[in-house]
Amino acid sequence: MIPKEPTGVTIVDGVPRETFVINLGPQHPATHGVLRVKLTMDGEYIVRAEPVCGYIHRMQEKMGENRTYAQFLPNTSRIDYLSAMTYTHAFVGVVERALKIQVPPRAEYIRVITSELNRISSHLVWWGAFLLDLGGFTPLLYAFDDREKILDLLEGITGARLTYCYYRFGGLCNDVDDQFLQGTREFITLMRSRLKMYRELVTGNIIFRKRVEEVGTISVETCRKYGASGPVIRGSGVPYDVRRAEPYSAYPEFDFEIPIRSECDSMARYLVRMEEMVQSLRIIEQALDKLPAGPVMADKVPRVLKLPAGDYCYAVEAARGRFLVRIVSDGKEIPYRVKLRTPCLSNLSLFEEASQGMLLADALALMGSLDLVIPDIDR
Amino acid sequence: MNLSSPNPGNNGAPAPAVPARAVTPAAAPAAPALPPGRPASAPAAPPPPPPPVPTALAALPVPFQGADFALKGFHADATVAPGEVVAAAAALDQAGFALDTITGVDWLAQGQMEVVYDYFHPVTGLRAVVRARAPRENPEFPTISKVFPGANWHERETRDFFDIHFTGQSNLTPFLLPEDATYHPLRKDFTS
Repeated sequence: MIPKEPTGVTIVDGVPRETFVINLGPQHPATHGVLRVKLTMDGEYIVRAEPVCGYIHRMQEKMGENRTYAQFLPNTSRIDYLSAMTYTHAFVGVVERALKIQVPPRAEYIRVITSELNRISSHLVWWGAFLLDLGGFTPLLYAFDDREKILDLLEGITGARLTYCYYRFGGLCNDVDDQFLQGTREFITLMRSRLKMYRELVTGNIIFRKRVEEVGTISVETCRKYGASGPVIRGSGVPYDVRRAEPYSAYPEFDFEIPIRSECDSMARYLVRMEEMVQSLRIIEQALDKLPAGPVMADKVPRVLKLPAGDYCYAVEAARGRFLVRIVSDGKEIPYRVKLRTPCLSNLSLFEEASQGMLLADALALMGSLDLVIPDIDR
Repeated sequence: MNLSSPNPGNNGAPAPAVPARAVTPAAAPAAPALPPGRPASAPAAPPPPPPPVPTALAALPVPFQGADFALKGFHADATVAPGEVVAAAAALDQAGFALDTITGVDWLAQGQMEVVYDYFHPVTGLRAVVRARAPRENPEFPTISKVFPGANWHERETRDFFDIHFTGQSNLTPFLLPEDATYHPLRKDFTS
């Protein structure tokens, strides 16, 4: 398809206006997956950057409509594979909400611990990959070293290292063991010293700061009009966090802050995520201290799940922002409609507007700071 | 630029005073009885009165009905005619809401196609749902992408999956499906 003639954008004065079209992706290391961006360039400057999605579309929503709730549950951890815990949390949450299943407190606490561990492991991948985009290879090795410890911990209790299916309708698959609790405490201590090292190694680095400060500004209004959420909207100064806005699970019982930055640039989003890891550690520590005894599975969860007719929503704060499951039920065993609202789709949709007139290299830094997971967009 | 005030995006217009805490979900148990003549939305046998519409939404020119957040996951729900979705979007935009998502539901038995617009408020955390139905043979809705540019992708996706047309939508290339796709997989009469 021939792209449209760009509407008169002259970025560099005195240079004849001549644009060309190049393709970024779908196989490009900077897009972190199978994303294609059709770029109309004026020299090194972007006139128009149009993301082209759907290369790994799997029609998850259709799969949701032709199998039972329990059969679809493992699919939800394959949408954003770096944030699988929170995604399964939303799906079990919507069923529990509709059937009014009371989840035991111990299960809710363990859900919070595992979700926050998952958030840290997801942010670590982003941290390494983002800096890799900017030309620093070493941080990735540190990040994966730390992430490995989380994966080991979670593997011990869930049996999986990435696509967890640990939450069940009404509780958890199994209880945690002492090895996990002890290991998580050790990890908190370790991670705090590592975060200090990360700050010293990267955050103050002048080369890094020149690449991200005052670059890739996204205004609050843009965030709102495109429905951006997660660290993207918080990096634009809005303390929007589903854990506070629509409290779920045991989150109201913990004391934590919602980090925000008002600079709106790539650095702001970077700093928000770095601070989020600190806050996640705080939540995990409190949950371990207060972890109640008791069962991890609700009594009398029906074997056959039939949601009363109607529609139900459940939102969670995933590592990349607001993930919402909307179920329309007609009272049968199989959902009538499953809608998966994913944060990356909304966060990427503002890219075309935000990247206009930017240097290509800066736009890639902006894209890295959005923390995209492509299967999350394509579903 | 200042979204930390309770009513963002409401440039200069007198804003309905919304105390941010007034909208805490699960504040539903003491729902006062609704004025007579308002249909209850719950289909259960003795329909419990729906909770009141949050003040910020009751002030808008959209026929919202309260919903039990603890059960439904949203605070208010409105059914409008297809022609009114843009006005509803503009009113919610004025009140500082952000676009959450847009999706379709194919009601094969009723011969209707429904479009559901989800909104969330980035400051107060309110959740609002606007829905509209059109005949299934030729479902047409005006695009709300002039109000919320982010609607563009959601509408294209809904068009891919349901063959619902959004008039005024400039980009008609498939979003997630292959560019030569002639099928609409989420229509209930779809066969592969």
